[in-house]
Formats: sequence, C-alpha cells, structure tokens
Amino acid sequence: MEPIRYHSVRLDKEKCKGCTNCLRHCPTEAIRVRGGRAHILDTLCIDCGECIRICDYHAKIAITDVMDDVKKFKYAIALPAPTLYGQFRGLNNPEYVLEALKCIGFDDVFEVARGADVVTRAIRERLKEPRLPKPMISSACPTVVRLIQVRFPDLLDHVVDIRQPMEVAATIARDEFCRKHNCAPEDVGCFFITPCPAKMTAIRSPIGQDKSALDGAISMVELYGLLLPHVMRMLSDPNYVSPTGYGIGWATSSGEATAVCPENSLSVDGIDNVIRVLEEVENDKLSDLTFLEGNACIGGCVGGPLTFENNYVAKNTIRKMVDSMPKTHPDTDVPSSLMTKYPLKTNVPFKPNGAIKLDDNLAEAMRKMKHMNEILERLPGYDCGSCGSPTCRSFAEDIVRGYCTEMDCIHVLKHRLQHMAEEMVTLAQTTRE
Amino acid sequence: MEELIRKSYPVAQADYVSAGHASADIKRTLKQLGVGGDVLRRVAVASYEVELNLVIHSLGGELTLRVLPDQVELISADCGPGIPDISMAMREGFSTANDEARSLGFGAGMGLPNMKRNADTFDIQSTVGVGTTITMGFALPS
Repeated sequence: MEPIRYHSVRLDKEKCKGCTNCLRHCPTEAIRVRGGRAHILDTLCIDCGECIRICDYHAKIAITDVMDDVKKFKYAIALPAPTLYGQFRGLNNPEYVLEALKCIGFDDVFEVARGADVVTRAIRERLKEPRLPKPMISSACPTVVRLIQVRFPDLLDHVVDIRQPMEVAATIARDEFCRKHNCAPEDVGCFFITPCPAKMTAIRSPIGQDKSALDGAISMVELYGLLLPHVMRMLSDPNYVSPTGYGIGWATSSGEATAVCPENSLSVDGIDNVIRVLEEVENDKLSDLTFLEGNACIGGCVGGPLTFENNYVAKNTIRKMVDSMPKTHPDTDVPSSLMTKYPLKTNVPFKPNGAIKLDDNLAEAMRKMKHMNEILERLPGYDCGSCGSPTCRSFAEDIVRGYCTEMDCIHVLKHRLQHMAEEMVTLAQTTRE
Repeated sequence: MEELIRKSYPVAQADYVSAGHASADIKRTLKQLGVGGDVLRRVAVASYEVELNLVIHSLGGELTLRVLPDQVELISADCGPGIPDISMAMREGFSTANDEARSLGFGAGMGLPNMKRNADTFDIQSTVGVGTTITMGFALPS
C-alpha cells in the first residue's frame, strides 16, 4: 500500500461554499463535503486537477513553488515542459522562451523535451525485450500512474519502468551545470515549469523513484505574464542544443506514442477516456497493442490545469513548431553514451494504493461489503450528493467505514421524520380517549 | 460453503450500449474486497466474455456474482435459445454471432474457450428452447 503523503491540489477553506459540484467530477471519488465544506481524501486523490477546473468558487487550488523559492539556491536551472512553448501564439522557436527564462532569473535552462528524447529511446529499447505484458502503459503522466495504483492495481506490471522526462532532464541538467561551473550539486536548484499539479506532487512524493532529481516546480500560468515581454524580444543563444521535434511533440496527446511506437500504439486523453480504456486493458481486449499512452488532460499536457492558453490553440502552436523542425528521430539524435551515463530506469516498484479496499482482511471486507449492500438497498439511488458523498454507493461505503450514519441522507431522514410524525398523531389520538 | 456476497445483473439481448457495465461492477466489487492479481485478471476476462455472450447470443438473462470464503463464482443464466451442440460451441473459432455482432468486432469464436481457460472450474448446461447456464469458479488464495 502506497498512500501519497504530499498533494499539490488543496482546498481553500475560505472560498469553499460546500456545494457538491466537485463530488461527481472526481475520478477516484476522493472528495466529501462534511461540515459545510469539501474535504479531499489524501489516500485517494491523484492530483488530476479536475476539481480545480470544475469549482465555480475557485476553492480548489494547486500549490506550486514561486520565484522566491528559486532564489534560495545559489544557482537555478529552469526545466520547461514543452507545453510552455504552446502558450505563446505564433511562437516558432523554443529558444525565445529559453532566453526569456534566463531574463526572469534563472541561471540556465534545460529543455524537458531533451529528456523526452532520451526517454523515447529508452522506452523503444525496453519495448524490444521479450515477455512484456501487452500493452505497455506510459508512465509519463503521473496522474495516470496514480489512477492505476488506485483503481487498476492489477495493471501495474504494464506500466513502463522508465523515469519521466522531467527527471531524466533534471539529472542531466544538474550534472552538466556542475561540471561546467565547477560547483556542488546542492548549490543548484532544478525547477520544472509545470502545466499541472500532478507533476508538483510527483516531485514531492515521487513514484517509481526514491527521490526526485528536481527541487520544485513552478506553475506555467504564474510565469506566463513574466515571460511574455521577454519572449517578444526574440533572443537566441549561439550554443543552443535543440531537442528533436519528437521530444517537443510529447506536449500533446499522441506525441509520445508517435515517438515511441508509431507502428502499434494507442493514445487516449481525458481522464474518463483513460479509465474506459484501462477497463478494456483489464478485460484483455487490447493485448494486440504494444504501447498505450494515456494523458489525464484533454489534448495532453497542453490541457493541464496550470496552463494559460486554450489547449487546442496550444496544440496547434506545438504542431506547427514540430512541423518546421528537422525530422531527426531520438534513436539517432540521442548519443548512445547518454543511454548508460544516467539512470533511466525507475528504482522503486509501482505499488498498489490499496485505499479502495474495505479492509485488509478478506473476511472482514466481505462482512463490510454485505453490510454496505444492505444499506444501499435502503437508499434512494438519486446520487444527489446532499449527504456529502458523491454517490449513494460511496455513501453506503462511508457508513461501513464509520465516517457517517444513515441519517445523514436527507431522504432517509425525511422518511423517518414522516414516520415519526404519523406515530405522534396516532399517539395523540390514543391519549385523547 | 456460506455465500457472503451475491450481486445479480440483468443483461438484455443486443444491448451493446450497456455491455461491459456488469463486468466493470464485478471488478470494482472484487477490488473493494481486496481480491487482486491473477484471480482478478481472470475474473475480469471471463466476466466480460460471459456478459458479452449474453448480449450477443441470448434472448436476455442474468449474470450473478457470488463470493464465498474460498472462491469467486460467476453464474450466467439465460432464457434461451439454448445451444444445440455444446462441444461444437466450445471449439475455438466457432461462432454463431450475427452480422450486427460481427460488425462490432465480435464473433471470433473465442468467448467460451476463453472463459474455460480463465476459470478454475467451468460448467455449461444447455437445453434448446429453455436456456443456458454457465457456472465458473475461481479459487481464492487462502
């Protein structure tokens, strides 16, 4: 069992009205409304950010680092996700964004797209190995990996055991910077420029790794305004090392699959769609596929909750940029020496989350399930959320877990009051005689 | 052996829209009980196959999940039309799926063999004009 200790997605208690909008939109049913405000269940939250999108009161927020955190380090390197390039309409050269990052206070930049190139080559080599479960599932979207840990634990052996592009990029970036400037690794802060809260969580509570190579993450939408005037100046660096178009393509849905396994892969975006496809993998209906890319956000990372630009516009900007780049593939572009120089494989197994189990003991779990089913039969089945649980089923589950009682259902309560009122009338009539 | 959990799901003939809902709920139930790994995978495959069989081949029926202390049981009972030759129906590649089912990608003739392969115990009883009952058992690790 591997519950997540840190979450980027949080509740702003002051702003929460206790409405039930977020309840039904949470893919892992991790939200409850109790005492007039929402609570996010730490054990089930996968930091997808769906609640951030849906909350009309902006009560769901994502905690990321700020520029002041960057200043705590002697040197700071920015690691922009390729999604950042999609934020600037008409941008045709990543260099302008990289130079802009240096203008706002970073000592150096290292594109995560270059990490994606290395990871592409590593996954392609991994997929050649015999006896792999089919399809192998991308580990790039941390929300999808957490979703599998919570809802599809039996599919964890399908998840590719290669580190995320941001991790590989940060390892290389820090090492190269320290050699060049002759400084200690701890003097260098590596900050991911993130489109989503899930990546922030993956840095604080890594999956597949004991420790993240990154020191923090800064939200893309926070930096957008700071970067824009500098991007317009269109500065470039004569020593620029470009990633491939494939690496940049990872910003959008199907970008990874196109780079890793164009012959036989499937790309799915949007968390509900990912869930549907994972059900099919579980039913062994997709074993003819070699590779499955799942992105929790619509359109891929360009649809992340911490982006500024409309995801379709961003996707178009990325597509045009990729089309204008040379068609070199990471297989030939990434030097072979790099493939052994840095750790690319995960060093901690992906573990089941375990939070959906009613009990660790099977007999006790069965007893609770039986009780839960009995309660469920007495509930109206409206899934109205008035009790504060997302569905009648999850409400019944909350009762057997001891978090609430049947009278928290207003329909059951109303029924009971009606019954009591009738009894009182009968009683009153009886005593009059 | 004492039955601890019992859940039944009605499955309608040719209802391709809801197809897969029963098996999805069965998987969810087992995961909540903490049944995982190999048993869950095999139940997932068999429950989906048997549910689709009800949709494609039967006149409608019911899928039942029973959880006993030592095993998971899936029972599919339909109200016809019944299978004239069971040994033929059990052959890989043999299918009587209609054009509608085939147009949706079904009818490979792997349904029954796949169920038998994934279950620890497999029993099929059928009477033409009455219906078919399939009972599958999956042993739980002690």
